[in-house]
Amino acid sequence: MKAHLTRRYMFSASHRLHSDAMSEAENAATYGKCNNPFGHGHNYALEVTVSGPVDESTGMVCNLVDLDSFVRREILQRYDLENLNTRAEFMQTVPTTENLCTAIYDILQRGLTQAHLDKVRIEETMMNSFEYAGGK
Amino acid sequence: MVYLTRKAEFAASHYYHNPDLTPEENQRIFGKCNNPNGHGHNYTLEVTVKGEVDPRSGFVVDLKQLKEVLNREVLDAMDHRFLNKEVAEFSTRIPTTENLAIAIWHRLISKLNQAQLHRVRVYETPDLFVDFYGEA
Repeated sequence: MKAHLTRRYMFSASHRLHSDAMSEAENAATYGKCNNPFGHGHNYALEVTVSGPVDESTGMVCNLVDLDSFVRREILQRYDLENLNTRAEFMQTVPTTENLCTAIYDILQRGLTQAHLDKVRIEETMMNSFEYAGGK
Repeated sequence: MVYLTRKAEFAASHYYHNPDLTPEENQRIFGKCNNPNGHGHNYTLEVTVKGEVDPRSGFVVDLKQLKEVLNREVLDAMDHRFLNKEVAEFSTRIPTTENLAIAIWHRLISKLNQAQLHRVRVYETPDLFVDFYGEA
């Protein structure tokens, strides 16, 4: 039987929302306080949902040790206590939580082989959350 | 179609062990969860039902009835119990969160007459939950 398992992780990072394609005035109008050149930070909550048949022998969709070690190595080590703007994936794109969602989804989609990736959900604050389940 | 979610909490102990595997394999797969003396969690259960809103009552489901079914079928059987030893489904299945969500679904599905069961979500901790939609 198919079940969907969600694991929640925390990381903290700073960013600045600024687009080189816009003028200073447009950046200020679009991003407001998030355009502050010195940046600012968030405690992000990341939820990773995987799905698949429950293995008869283990009772599991995916061994949590495997999922946790992959996410710690590939996601948390990459982003926790870092400035997102300095990362290669945000050289060309603005590190909004939308773009962070798709970046994390792509890393998981490429490297996580133990279970099918359903979706990535990120809470930037308690008031904002974003989800990406692949697709255009 | 309107969806309604009822939340409940229960506390229970369990351990993970597959008698078909060697002690070494059990230890490797299940780690600390393999301790035969068990350990416990405060589980949070979310049951989501769906249906059309009854024009007379304005309800999707009579919450009192839903609560009675939940109490009788799930909480009375699982709250403050050792899942492996006291809940019938887990005499042959490992009481992982996946199997717990599936077992709760099957306990509820035949007893809900008014509304249609949509999802069973079981939180083992605030950082880990499983969703089951009755998928084969």
